[in-house]
Amino acid sequence: MKGTWGHGLRTVGDTTLRIVERIGAVVLFLGQILRHSGTSFRRFGLVIREIYFAGVQSLIIILVSGLFVGMVLGLQGFETLQSYGSSESVGVLVALSLMRELGPVVSALLFASRAGSAITAEIGLMKATEQLSAMEMMAVNPLARVVSPRFWGGVFSLPVLATLFVAMGIMGGFLVTVIMLKVDSGAFWSQMQAAVDFHHDIVNGMIKSIVFGVAVSAIATFEGYEAPPTAEGVSGATTRTVVSSSLAILALDLLLTAFMMKGWN
Amino acid sequence: MNRATLNLWVGFFVLLGFVAFLMLAFKVGNLNLDGSGGTYEVVAHFDNIGQLKERAPVRSAGVLVGRVHSVRFDTLHYNAEVRMAIDTQYHFPVDSSASVLTSGILGEQYVGLDAGGDDKMLKNGDELKLTQGAMVLERLIGQFLFNKAQDGGADKTSNR
Repeated sequence: MKGTWGHGLRTVGDTTLRIVERIGAVVLFLGQILRHSGTSFRRFGLVIREIYFAGVQSLIIILVSGLFVGMVLGLQGFETLQSYGSSESVGVLVALSLMRELGPVVSALLFASRAGSAITAEIGLMKATEQLSAMEMMAVNPLARVVSPRFWGGVFSLPVLATLFVAMGIMGGFLVTVIMLKVDSGAFWSQMQAAVDFHHDIVNGMIKSIVFGVAVSAIATFEGYEAPPTAEGVSGATTRTVVSSSLAILALDLLLTAFMMKGWN
Repeated sequence: MNRATLNLWVGFFVLLGFVAFLMLAFKVGNLNLDGSGGTYEVVAHFDNIGQLKERAPVRSAGVLVGRVHSVRFDTLHYNAEVRMAIDTQYHFPVDSSASVLTSGILGEQYVGLDAGGDDKMLKNGDELKLTQGAMVLERLIGQFLFNKAQDGGADKTSNR
């Protein structure tokens, strides 16, 4: 009996230590990326290429999901607000929930699964096929040439994608509530404009998505760079990227929201 | 994919993001850069501010003319000191009055300014002397019951 308890406790301790170790490793890796970022900015073409793969190619999924999320918010909000006789406030509901939470978070989650996993798989495969070692042989630092452009590409892309997500979501909400459910268009916009504050809602949403961009890109490049150089290893790393970025996004969101709320009062 | 097409797509992407940001800022957030921007501060003391918070609107005749800048408890007079930032394009006479009002029945609270008749206008740092605090529901009910009881008593005495 005592043996099982001890074993269980050891497992918990082991898992905790491994998680903490992993977080520490990602942070150290982030530091290394930043140290080797000089090349990315001197040869900005490298970053532009990554913005294309991470950002431009994620456009469709982000725009379409933004539109759908906005439409659903409009429908649900209208349904509930109507019973209080304030269906005009649906614009406020759509805009604020998109800007403060859904825009940054959902687009970061989509970005992690669409672009983050691709980054991990690409770097992992480069490592498995010894392309990274070959670069080192030619005195090219793979951190500077391969990892850091992908990192910065992700960091630049996500805020843009999140902004587009929010804009698209508001259009979706407008479409459903004003065009379909006949909410007054003037009230929809004016109530929204009265409630949304540039600094407290728009800028804070941007800050969130920049933080998420750093987290997702760091995790994705880290998992790829540290992936065991086998087919299995790369597939495991891809899965881990999606899982740990999603958890990181949600945890950071709670933290950031708590801090920003504190600043409001 | 060659370099030129890549640049074109990324340029398009960034431009799209920029347009979306501008739309959010101006169409949704109603950020206005149209001059003024400047504000002047006036102080008012209220016996009770209800749920008035920082950044609450200051309205005159229903039009937004400024925002509440800070709310604090004045330990000298034991009342609430409210500082309001009023847009410089709006001028009010020095004998204007301020009251804490509620928009709708359950809406947010705001400061309503009623212009007075003086020739002199409020300057930065001036104080509004005439104020009326927020209506507190419990007190209103209490007052109502009190008056009712008093009337009832008066009626009885007159009947006798």
